[in-house]
Amino acid sequence: MLTLTVIVILGVMLVALLRAYTSPNVFDRILAANLFGTKTVLLIATISYLLGSPAYLDIALAYALINFISVIGVLRLTELRNARRDQEAEKP
Amino acid sequence: MEVLIDIVLLSLLVATAVALVMVRGLIASIMLTSVYGLLSASFFVTMGAVDVAFTEAAVGAGVSPLLLLFTVAVIGRKERAPEGGAVLVKSLLLVVVTGALLIVGTLDMPPFGSPDAPAQTHVAPYYLQQSGAEIGIPNVVTSVLASYRAYDTLGEVLVIFTAGVAVILILASSSHRGSARLRNATVPDGSPHTILQVVGKILIPFILLFAFYVQFHGEYGPGGGFQAGVIFASGVILYGLLFGLPTVCRVLPPPVMEVLAALGVLIFGLTGVMSLLNGAPFLDYSVLADDPVTAQHIGIMVIELGVGITVASVITAIYYAFANQLEPGPN
Amino acid sequence: MSTILAWTSDACLLVGSFLLLTGALGFLRFNDFYARIHACGVTETLATALIILGLLLQSDSATPQFKLALILLFVLFSSPTASHALAKAAWNAGLRPRDNSGKRGIPLPPRER
Repeated sequence: MLTLTVIVILGVMLVALLRAYTSPNVFDRILAANLFGTKTVLLIATISYLLGSPAYLDIALAYALINFISVIGVLRLTELRNARRDQEAEKP
Repeated sequence: MEVLIDIVLLSLLVATAVALVMVRGLIASIMLTSVYGLLSASFFVTMGAVDVAFTEAAVGAGVSPLLLLFTVAVIGRKERAPEGGAVLVKSLLLVVVTGALLIVGTLDMPPFGSPDAPAQTHVAPYYLQQSGAEIGIPNVVTSVLASYRAYDTLGEVLVIFTAGVAVILILASSSHRGSARLRNATVPDGSPHTILQVVGKILIPFILLFAFYVQFHGEYGPGGGFQAGVIFASGVILYGLLFGLPTVCRVLPPPVMEVLAALGVLIFGLTGVMSLLNGAPFLDYSVLADDPVTAQHIGIMVIELGVGITVASVITAIYYAFANQLEPGPN
Repeated sequence: MSTILAWTSDACLLVGSFLLLTGALGFLRFNDFYARIHACGVTETLATALIILGLLLQSDSATPQFKLALILLFVLFSSPTASHALAKAAWNAGLRPRDNSGKRGIPLPPRER
């Protein structure tokens, strides 16, 4: 069953990569990267059980904690760009 | 099964690398870079290189895409159109020659896991057999990194420190040259992130706590000063992203960060000087206490602390430098 | 007793894997970005919870169980937050949801590409 889970996770990663590559939209790529992040948490946790070494769980823990920071960075970036655009629109 | 996972992960890595070359938008490239980091971390895990995987996780998941995003915010997000044919041919030639040299280089390498590999026959057996008696901590990677190869690690910390200084200098000097448009663009208060701020308030203490766990657990499991520093800085940066630069600057003022960055390197170096004063070679900790094994423990803990302080404060200071360009802070 | 635990664990892993697949299908097939976020975010949260629960039931020592529980807790906080932040970023950048016919529902502000 662990093996099946690992195969499914790898398959989902492949799908995310395909979508990230074929999509014209930059946000799909961010979503794919985000999807990859949570899948990596699951993959590392499952692999650590498959290989029987629970020390690997620390890595999954690190990902679970800090993986979403880059998405928040993207959010700040879009806000910043909007603010700049508004400012330029106000200028004559 | 492991071989199958390795093959799939490596194929995905190649596919990501190709996609990385093909996409034009810089933000898309950054996202694919982070996917590349995630995949290589998984690959390191299947190879059993837990400490390397941990570093990749700490750097590749949070900080590195974020710093790249800041860079894009400063320089603009479109890749410049390819230049004339001559430049293209020259760069293609350069890439092909470099790639060919690298491939030729791999031909001389022993097969993966070969017992005759230089890595296996040189000093590694000594480290693996003796580190238990000489240093006495379970994680041999930390023994090698922090004690046997402490000189190399000191060099790495100096590189990080120098890189931080360089980034701060470049960003500080360019902010005086006509980026007033950038400096005036502040994020309006009309976009409160209530949900994000609440979740951030819950998660940030855990991120900082986890950083300390990684820092002080490095002798027993995967981790150490590098990873802990990056995770700590991620927590600080998250705080800054959600609550604004002035708030985080009140907690950790930028001048303090710059002093701390130097202090970490100083702690590392002074540990070496302490060994010298006690009549041992530079960075040989075994003379720092009466019992050599205890002395090794003390030495490793102190220099890991120095590494952690430097890494955390350098990354925080780089974040401040970027954020100062993007939104005016208190200074 | 241990057979029941093993069966429960296998069932959790199986259902979790199935949910992961449905999420991936939605990500691949839905024609609107917000629908894709929805497909990923919703299935992801439950699938992650189920898979980690399945792993939790397989281990018999306390430290991995504690770490798995922490991972589950943090993912439950951070994954929906990331979806929320991403949707907000897309909205800020001028991406608007489409209706069923594939037209954009709300008129777009001029958007740079």
